[in-house]
Amino acid sequence: MLYDVQGPRARRRTLVGSIVGSVLLALLALVVAKRLADQGQFDGDLYRAFVEEPQLWTRLGEGLRNTLTAAAYGLVLATVTGIVLAFGRLSTVGVVRIPAVAVIEFFRATPLLLLIFAFFLATPIVLGIRIQPLWALVLGLTLYNGAVIAEIIRAGILSLPRGQTEAALAVGLTRGQTLGSVLLPQAVRVMLPSLISQLVVLLKDTSLGFIIGFEELLRVGGQLRQFLNNPIQMYVVIALIYIAINLLLGRLATYVEGRQRARLGQAVTVQPQPADLG
Amino acid sequence: MEAVVDNLDLLLEGFLRTLTLTALAATGALCLGTLVAAMRVSPLLPLRWAGTCYVESVRNTPLTVVFALAVFGLPKAGLGLTFFQFALLALTLYTGTFVAEAVRSGVNSVAPGQSEAARTLGMSFPQTLGLVILPQAFRNVIPPLASVFIALLKNSSIASAFGVAEATSRMGSLIEDNPSAVLWLLAAVALGYVVLALAASLLFSRLERSLAVAR
Repeated sequence: MLYDVQGPRARRRTLVGSIVGSVLLALLALVVAKRLADQGQFDGDLYRAFVEEPQLWTRLGEGLRNTLTAAAYGLVLATVTGIVLAFGRLSTVGVVRIPAVAVIEFFRATPLLLLIFAFFLATPIVLGIRIQPLWALVLGLTLYNGAVIAEIIRAGILSLPRGQTEAALAVGLTRGQTLGSVLLPQAVRVMLPSLISQLVVLLKDTSLGFIIGFEELLRVGGQLRQFLNNPIQMYVVIALIYIAINLLLGRLATYVEGRQRARLGQAVTVQPQPADLG
Repeated sequence: MEAVVDNLDLLLEGFLRTLTLTALAATGALCLGTLVAAMRVSPLLPLRWAGTCYVESVRNTPLTVVFALAVFGLPKAGLGLTFFQFALLALTLYTGTFVAEAVRSGVNSVAPGQSEAARTLGMSFPQTLGLVILPQAFRNVIPPLASVFIALLKNSSIASAFGVAEATSRMGSLIEDNPSAVLWLLAAVALGYVVLALAASLLFSRLERSLAVAR
């Protein structure tokens, strides 16, 4: 806490400050509102379609479905890739570990858009096959998030007590078995909140699909606003849809974290290497 | 290979644009984020509330949607800017939320004795925050801030879809002109980003070391 329980004078000062702050914020809101009103952005026509056209919501629903499909494929494939890369990086064999480190670091440092372009632009020219925008997006998401998830899982495995590994090796499990059936299940449980937070990043990143023509929520919104000529209203609605989903996921992460803390009686969640914020 | 060498000046120009965009947005986001973090830890309820609203809404919106709102929405509100300025605005607003969260966690990580001591000396809240807490908080959050700014560098590639001729956009048009060199161009630009990201993380870890305090 940066301030004490307040006495009468401090309370009065806080009240005055709060009122001044509120007035300033209200003025700011007023300036924005006036500007929008002057430009006719509160005209009913710009909003009517949201109420009167059920088709608009059908279209947005289709877009949202595609967004969620890409996120789901991306999540599954990225988790598998992440586990493989994490095991590779934890391997004691140099020829496995060094490439795994290189792959993880390279894909974490490359813009996701570039990876998506790589699949979308390079496959027709190099391999002669034209892949669907959905798959270019999913493969890009897989590589980038796989690298991030690998680091999350590795941090989780390294946070486990050494006794787990020692006991597993002592009962005669191989290193692979130790990783797969003893360490991984515990690491995933510990890192579940971080993994859910990464899902928020993944879901937001599916909107990059609109650049390569994948009909996800943002692209559908773009088509609709060209027709309705209401970009502000349309994009605010789309932003609200994303915010609602992501706030729910954020809540879920906090809930899982709290439950773990309650069960194990301490803060067990470990922060991975500061992950990137797509 | 030739396509990369022949067009090296174009690519470098693109990366210069990327760097300018990133540096300006980072400066803006640092100021905005620090201000919002200060609002969120202040005793003034309306400011705390406004800060939380901004962070929670913008952070959960995809950057592409922020871009779309700026580029297509603002002209409708009578605000005509260049594509570069729109991109700068979108990146600053988006990155500001992550800076705010990082700085806020830094403020919370400063030992409570510090603010207690400052209050005992009779410092007001702005003095406590500005002179005692924030200087220590920044020191603690250099690693997370570094990853925020590296993410910003990578995110600036989205500006290519909104009319800014930065590195990724230059790459796109070069691929159109030289389809056979697609792999070389992709590799060269990816390498450019990796080098910039590495340079940034080296810079920040040096900064961290030079600001470190033995406790």
